[in-house]
Amino acid sequence: MAPAMSDIMTPDAAELARVAPGHGKAAAESVSPERDLFVGLTRLGDNTLILGHRVSEWCGHSPILEEDIALANMALDLIGQTQLWLGLAGQVEGAGRDADALAFRRDAWDFRNLLLVERPNGDFGHTLMRQFLFDAWHQPMLAALQGSSDARIAEIAAKAAKEVAYHVERSADLVIRLGDGTEDSHQRMQAALEALWPYTGEMFLGDPTDARLAEAGVMPAPEGLRAPWEASVTAVLAEATLVRPASAFAHKGGKQGRHTEHMGHLLTSMQWLQRSYPGAKW
Amino acid sequence: MYAQMVKSEATNEDPALLAAFQARIDAGEKIEPKDWMPEGYRQTLIRQIGQHAHSEVVGQLPEGNWITRAPTLERKAILLAKVQDEAGHGLYLYCAAETLGVSRDDLTEALLAGKMKYSSIFNYPTLNWADIGAVGWLVDGAAIVNQVALQRTSFGPYARAMVRICKEESFHARQGYHAIMQMAFGTPEQKAMAQDAVNRLWFPAMMMFGPSDKDSVHSAQSMAWKIKINTNDELRQKFVDQTVPQILYLGLDLPDPGLVWNEARGHYDFTEPDWSEFYDVLKGNGPCNADRMAARQKAWDDGAWFRDGLMAHARKAAARKMAAE
Ligand SMILES: [Fe+2]
Ligand SMILES: [Fe+2]
Repeated sequence: MAPAMSDIMTPDAAELARVAPGHGKAAAESVSPERDLFVGLTRLGDNTLILGHRVSEWCGHSPILEEDIALANMALDLIGQTQLWLGLAGQVEGAGRDADALAFRRDAWDFRNLLLVERPNGDFGHTLMRQFLFDAWHQPMLAALQGSSDARIAEIAAKAAKEVAYHVERSADLVIRLGDGTEDSHQRMQAALEALWPYTGEMFLGDPTDARLAEAGVMPAPEGLRAPWEASVTAVLAEATLVRPASAFAHKGGKQGRHTEHMGHLLTSMQWLQRSYPGAKW
Repeated sequence: MYAQMVKSEATNEDPALLAAFQARIDAGEKIEPKDWMPEGYRQTLIRQIGQHAHSEVVGQLPEGNWITRAPTLERKAILLAKVQDEAGHGLYLYCAAETLGVSRDDLTEALLAGKMKYSSIFNYPTLNWADIGAVGWLVDGAAIVNQVALQRTSFGPYARAMVRICKEESFHARQGYHAIMQMAFGTPEQKAMAQDAVNRLWFPAMMMFGPSDKDSVHSAQSMAWKIKINTNDELRQKFVDQTVPQILYLGLDLPDPGLVWNEARGHYDFTEPDWSEFYDVLKGNGPCNADRMAARQKAWDDGAWFRDGLMAHARKAAARKMAAE
C-alpha cells in the first residue's frame, strides 16, 4: 500500500522503503551478447532516426531551394538507414518489435542516440555544423562496420557508407564556404562550432557494452574513431578559417539513455499518432 | 490549377511577325527561348510558369507540416521523397522561367511582395494525417490532369519540364491514395479522419482549375498560343469523373450531395465550388495565406546570410584562382 505523505516525512520512511522496494531503473541490465548487439544497433539506428527527424524539420524553410532538396534527400537517407538498423535490432531482440515499434513506442530513456543529434536546429549554420561534426564521425564508423564479424551489419554499413560519403562531402564543403564567406557567415559558423563542440566528445567515449562489442569484432571501439575524425575536422576547419575550440569537456549520457530536455519534445511530435491510436495500421 | 487566373497580356506587334509566330504554333512547333516571340506571350508565360513554380515551393509547407509526425518510418520516407520531388519541380520550373529573361530571385521577390501568386489550394491547412493522403491523391491528382495536358504546351522548356514532372506525379497520387485507403479500411477513427480530409479538401481541389473560363478573352488568347490547352471546365470535369469512383471504392461518403452520374452526358454532375470563397483566398483571406507567406518570408530573410556567404566565398575563390594564374 502506498504510504501517505505524512508517513514518508517520518523516520519510518526507511522501513517503508524496505517493505515496498522501488521499481526504478537502477538495477543493472543483464549482460548477454544479444543484449549488447541490440544496444549497439539501437545506438546506430537512434542516431540516424533523431538526426533525420531534426533535418526534416527544415523542409520548406531552408535558405534556398537547392538546400530544401538536399536536406530532404539527406533526411530520407537517414530514415532509410534507421529502418535497416532498427529492423535488425528488433530481429536480434526477438521480442516481436519491428523498426516502427522501436522508433515510435520507446520512451526517451530507451533511446541511445548521441546528444549531438538531438540538439535543436538553431540557425542554418548550426544545422550544417552539427551535420558535419556527425558526418565526419559517421563515415569512419561505417567504414569500420563494413568489417564487422556480423555479416548483416557489414551489409547495412556498406549501403549506408555510399550515402554518407556524399553527406560528408556536402556538409564539409558548406562549412568551408560559409566559414570563409562573409564576416557574418564566418561568425555564425564559429558560434555554431563552439556551441556544438562539447557534444562531440561523447562520440569517442566507450562503455562496457562498446568494449564487449569491439572485443567480439562486431562494432569498432569508439575511442579508435577519434583519429580519423580529428583528421577530417582539423583539415576542414582550417580551410574554413574556423578556430577549433580549446575545451575538451564532453557532455555525455545519450548513449546510455540520459538525454537533454529537447528529446521529450521531439518524441512527443514524432510518436504522437502511434501513441494516440494504438493498434492502428498506417 | 497551380497557375490560376493567369491574365494573358495584350500584344501589339508587327502583324506579319505575329502571323508567322501563330503559324508555327498551329503547325505544332515548339517555341524555344531564342526564337522571336510576342512580348505578350513572353509575359504571360513568365506569370504562368512563375506561379506554377511558386506553387511547388509553397506546396512543401502543408505536407512538410506532417513529416515530423508521420506515423511510420515508411510513411515518413515516402513523404520526404514526395516533398523533395516538389522542391525539384520548383527548380525545373524556375529554370524554365529563367529562359524567358527573368531571374529566380526576381520571381521570389515578386511572390514575397504579393505581386505574384501561388495556387489557392496551398492556403488550406493539413489538419489530420489523412490530409497527407488526400493531398497526394486529390491535389496532385488534379495537378496531373492539368499537367498532362500542358506537356503539349507550345513553349519548349515548359513542355519538357512538364514531361519530367508528370513522371513523378503519378507516384505522388498513388502514394496518397494508398495512404488514405489504409485509413478508410482501418479503425473507425482512421476512417473518420479520411472522411474529414475528403470533406474539407474536395471543393478546394476543384477550385484548383479556376472558375469557368469558357467566355474569357484572356483564355482565348492563351489557348490560341497553346499556353493553355483545355478550358478550366473541361479539366475540372475530367478530374471529377476520374476521382468519384475512387471515393466510392474507399467506401467514403461523397463530399457533395450533388454528385450524380448523368447518363445522358456521360459525366458526373456536381455542385460548383463556392467561388466567393475562392476569390477570398486569392485576396489573401484563406485559412493559411498569412502563415504560408510568413514562412516563406522568414526562410528568405533568415537565409540571406547563407546565400551572401556562398556568394562571397565564390568571389574569393575566383580571385584566388586569378591570382594564381
Ligand atoms: Fe509537383
Ligand atoms: Fe506532386
